[in-house]
Amino acid sequence: MKNRKFLLFGIILSISLFLVACGTASEENTEEENNAGTEESGNTTSGTEETSTDYQVGMVTDEGGVDDKSFNQSAWEGIKAWGEENGLAKGEGFDYAQSDETADYMPNITRFVRDDYDLVYGVGFKLKKDIQKAADQFANTNFAIVDDVVDAPNAASITFKEHQGSFLVGVAAALKTTTEKVGFVGGINSPLIKKFESGFTAGVKSINPDIEVDVQYAESFTDPAKGKLIATNMYDSGVDVIYHSSGGTGNGVFNQAKDIKQNEPERAIWVIGVDRDQYEEGQIGEHNVTLTSMVKRVDVAVQDVINRGMNGEFPEGEQLEYGLEENGIRVATTNEEAMTEEIISTVKDWEEEILNGEVEVPQTIEELEAYVDSL
Amino acid sequence: MFDALQSIIPTVLFYSAPLILTALGGVFSERSGVVNIGLEGLMVMGAFIGIVFNLAFSDVFGSWTPWISIVVATIIGAIFSIIHAIASVSFHANQVVSGVAINMLALGIGVYLTKVWYGKGQTDMVDQPFYTTSIPMLSDIPIIGPIFFEGIYVTSYIAIVFAIVAWFVLYKTPFGLRLRAVGEHPMAADTNGIKVVKMRYIAVILSGAFGGLGGSVFALTIVSNFSHATIVGQGFMALAAVIFGKWHPLGAMGAALFFGLAQSLSVVSAGIPLLENIPQVFLLIAPYVLTILALAGFIGRAEAPRANGEPYIKGSR
Repeated sequence: MKNRKFLLFGIILSISLFLVACGTASEENTEEENNAGTEESGNTTSGTEETSTDYQVGMVTDEGGVDDKSFNQSAWEGIKAWGEENGLAKGEGFDYAQSDETADYMPNITRFVRDDYDLVYGVGFKLKKDIQKAADQFANTNFAIVDDVVDAPNAASITFKEHQGSFLVGVAAALKTTTEKVGFVGGINSPLIKKFESGFTAGVKSINPDIEVDVQYAESFTDPAKGKLIATNMYDSGVDVIYHSSGGTGNGVFNQAKDIKQNEPERAIWVIGVDRDQYEEGQIGEHNVTLTSMVKRVDVAVQDVINRGMNGEFPEGEQLEYGLEENGIRVATTNEEAMTEEIISTVKDWEEEILNGEVEVPQTIEELEAYVDSL
Repeated sequence: MFDALQSIIPTVLFYSAPLILTALGGVFSERSGVVNIGLEGLMVMGAFIGIVFNLAFSDVFGSWTPWISIVVATIIGAIFSIIHAIASVSFHANQVVSGVAINMLALGIGVYLTKVWYGKGQTDMVDQPFYTTSIPMLSDIPIIGPIFFEGIYVTSYIAIVFAIVAWFVLYKTPFGLRLRAVGEHPMAADTNGIKVVKMRYIAVILSGAFGGLGGSVFALTIVSNFSHATIVGQGFMALAAVIFGKWHPLGAMGAALFFGLAQSLSVVSAGIPLLENIPQVFLLIAPYVLTILALAGFIGRAEAPRANGEPYIKGSR
């Protein structure tokens, strides 16, 4: 009996340890840090003569790291592009700090503050609490958070009008479907993902109110098996276009679409990607199941805030929403075979209407209902 | 009803296959008296090797790549588990601690090497994953054919076959009897001339092989690439299946299939008359609740092998 209790305790302990350890690789960190260190010392002698600014920007990643093919990477690309424009080098004007676990956020942030960086980015909603705390603590440094909102006079919040992009891919989905049924796979049922769902559904219904939208939530962003289950079920029931906004869970959706394509190459089956252009994920032989992707241009947003800060116009305490107007949202057209001229031009028309303010894209389910009723 | 079954069964099978395989590994290890919390890590290792091998050699082996990948992943998984065997059998280390170490080590190695080899946080999608097929002849049987043999992964049936083989080996062969004896009462087994250390080594290495196989099957049927988030908790699900299945190969298989069924039902339920009124969350938590109930002894007594978790030190009482 004692033994079993111990076993149970052990399992609980190890699961918690596992969760804590999830997504980390401590080897990476030290190596990265060493690299950063050597580059820094190597660059101190050269460099300074061509720099046109002494503005310094630091970025703190979440556990994904700067090459996560997602927000961190995109934000880092934006900062890098800004740095190159201004003749700066990594470690000399801009730098990033990799967080391998939640406990790393605060030390990384304070390190940048101590080194007199002017602007410190926190990438991802996970850093919200720490950016908020840091902003309250260090009034002389500017902070910005990507994909969430903090409330402080020296901090800016960067969010995106995902509903607009979702609306446009919804239009594309509605034009592409031949079965009059499309699907939406969400990660976790939350206001943020509801924004995607509402925009998408509105876009679909705008083209044809009779098209059915099948909505399912996986309740996880990291469960490809669940994603595959849902996709299997949807495709079986006649859905031919699925828009996923579910992070890693979406891998399962792509996997299932490709499996169907492998068995029935003639069947028209599509996935719409999210956050970045997921064209590569959809490649199978000569076919590609990625119809399009709703791309968030984190790099554009990040550069914009830096430039404003550099010119002394840092958006203090503001909540910035990047949408179509600000080039913060884009619909991918990489799959030229699937995204025909006709679809692209229709999407462009709707984009115009959104920009003109003729269409107000719903952001919640209530707004969606009102929108659909008004059609 | 027929349509519902036709959409549920294939999904249950692909969802459960990796769990069945890994759980079998857990059964072998724990039946010999070595607790194996490291199943998760062994799966990570299997997934990593399966994907990397597939990416590297898909040009060479063509459509045979996924099969060779899972064989290689099985072998590497077996080798990797020797660490656990050495620590917990030869050095009498705490088996839970050693298992946790395996979990952390595997994830660290996997993510680190991905970074070194591919220069990014996750690998590309593989060109040659497993695809579903219809089994010729069998899929023509009326009613049963479309439900069980159309659009399924062959790996799912391999998992079920392995479960039956494992049951036969454990319960019908002298080797199995010895393995179980070592897990129940190592001293008595030792007195009868069974080499306790050797048996436990074999069992742990078998669990590594099954874990590696399970991980690679998961990666090549469901995810298609490797990252830090490829295996998140499946190893622990398999461990739960071992316990829920009362340390019996067929029981573990049944438990794994049940977990798959619950997941599948939670997705499909909206279309089934009886189930559509049940809130989705109940179906989602069903496997975990039942595992807890099984652990608490409500569903018959779930009795672990008696010497499970105890290192055997020759001559001590």
